[in-house]
Amino acid sequence: MALSVAQNAGRQAPSRVTAPRILMWVALILTTLISLFPMYWMFVTAFTPTQDTIKTPPDLFPHADLSNFERLFAQARDYWAWFANSVIITLGITFFHLIFDTLSGYAFAKKRFPGRNILFWVIISTLMIPPQVTLVPLYIVVQNFNLRDSLWAVILPGWANVFGIFLMRQYIQTLPTELEEAGRIDGCSEPGIFWRIILPLSKPALAALAIFTFVRFWNDFLWPSMVLIKSPSYTLPVGVASLQTEFSTDYGLIFAGSALAALPMILFFLAFQKYFLEGVRAGAVKG
Amino acid sequence: MADTNLTQVNSPAAQRTNPLVLFLRKYGWGYVFVLPSFLAFGIFTFIPVIWAFIISFQDFRPRGGGDWVGLQNYRDAFTTQNGVFLEALKNTIIYAVVTVTANIFIGLFLASLLQPLSNKFQTFFRAAYYLPAVTSAVIIAVTWRWLFNTQWGFLNFLLGLIGAAPVRWLSDPDIALQSIILSTVFTIPAAGVVLFNAAMNSIPKDFYEAADLEGAGPIRKWWSITLPLIKSTTLYVVVLYTIASFEVFEKVYIMVPSGVGNSTQTIVTQIYQTVFSQFRYGVASAQAMVLFVIVVSFAVIQFRFFRSDVEY
Repeated sequence: MALSVAQNAGRQAPSRVTAPRILMWVALILTTLISLFPMYWMFVTAFTPTQDTIKTPPDLFPHADLSNFERLFAQARDYWAWFANSVIITLGITFFHLIFDTLSGYAFAKKRFPGRNILFWVIISTLMIPPQVTLVPLYIVVQNFNLRDSLWAVILPGWANVFGIFLMRQYIQTLPTELEEAGRIDGCSEPGIFWRIILPLSKPALAALAIFTFVRFWNDFLWPSMVLIKSPSYTLPVGVASLQTEFSTDYGLIFAGSALAALPMILFFLAFQKYFLEGVRAGAVKG
Repeated sequence: MADTNLTQVNSPAAQRTNPLVLFLRKYGWGYVFVLPSFLAFGIFTFIPVIWAFIISFQDFRPRGGGDWVGLQNYRDAFTTQNGVFLEALKNTIIYAVVTVTANIFIGLFLASLLQPLSNKFQTFFRAAYYLPAVTSAVIIAVTWRWLFNTQWGFLNFLLGLIGAAPVRWLSDPDIALQSIILSTVFTIPAAGVVLFNAAMNSIPKDFYEAADLEGAGPIRKWWSITLPLIKSTTLYVVVLYTIASFEVFEKVYIMVPSGVGNSTQTIVTQIYQTVFSQFRYGVASAQAMVLFVIVVSFAVIQFRFFRSDVEY
């Protein structure tokens, strides 16, 4: 595949330097710079002493200065609590999806039972429901049961997410049925077949699912901001938003907090890029 | 007696008389396996949606209420605070039309530029475009707010270089919405590029070779081969971005926290305010139902797309 594309590229556009080729590369590089610039600027500001962030012309390159981070930890005392909350919430949601999306994906892909297709389309149809529609009822429940500031109030609704079921069904459909049959003949129970055969074979799809779910909920803001009221129970996005109101003109501090919150996802992406893009594409594959 | 029962259970005759047992033995595990997911969807999606629909006809406030008020909430949704919700609808539609159009064209354009490149370069540029999309919308909005800062922002610094007067990007009610739109347009539609790229890479190469033999130029090939063959992906991406733009919230909420008059209100910021500033849950639900209807009408297209098995 790689070879044929390369050959094809060679044939279509010989490596002669032509005006369209130059323009094409200029466009690609320029858009890359535009794409990455806001992130670059965030890091520059995070490493610039805050008094230097408000001057004209601005410094275009980062200083090697950690004073913003020192102030962040001294003044935004809950920062590590936000970090921990984000980790707990995101893991709580991701773990659920890894197990239960694979279970239902397996059932939808391989099991035969009356109503299977109807149930599958009922689940897929929830794609149509804007998450904002369920906010008011869920918020009323959270209020009445006094679940405000409880991490469960964020974790539990995160379990209703259709992407993983779809992804796992797509993937498990491609696994050979003979393996399950062999397990059945060897006297393996149905949960055993799932646990010992389906789950291990689904590793590549599970990786994409884990990464996609993790990022999706690590970055979630609207619902957490509604139910996490006190600073110690914030998640990182809610906390970063609060930095902006609390330290309005201390741009160094605000961006130290933002950069640190963004860093795990950036590293995560650089390490597992393939799976990320796999997940994006899987969302587009038809059922 | 006990003996006969035992033999009966195992005999085919007994199984015929016990269809439920037979049914469960044959299909039970399928239902067991989908049960946890269905519980989650039932409790956190289906019941809340139905409840939201009911509340939209009730005078529901924190701690009580619940009188039926007919369509009063829907009337209030549009008339409360001098009809700010109508303004919000208008703003959201403007935001959606401009950003979706821009996203589709930029996504198509960049994916088309990537198509002839080698795998190595495709991977590199896809990653460079996608990288910002892994950070939270909150952080992106905080950063754009800083870039837009009237006094110290980078954009006004650039304008200063060419001698232009500073622009009050986010504080001038006449242009605040345009600034927000600008920030979206300047954020590369990463998912769009990735999806278009995948679709274009799956077009069989001999189509292009055949066109080469007939002497078709690159533009002609793009128009007559590429575009028709990625039609279904294009439709999907349009729907994806349309729905996302109707649900725009973080961007607006973070970039102009207190709003610039009504000029930057969107559907979701309005719902948020109706809940948290006015405490009128019924009215907020009515507004959410309006969003629901808009999104569903677009999502039906997506749904049909999911059902169709059209492949190249």
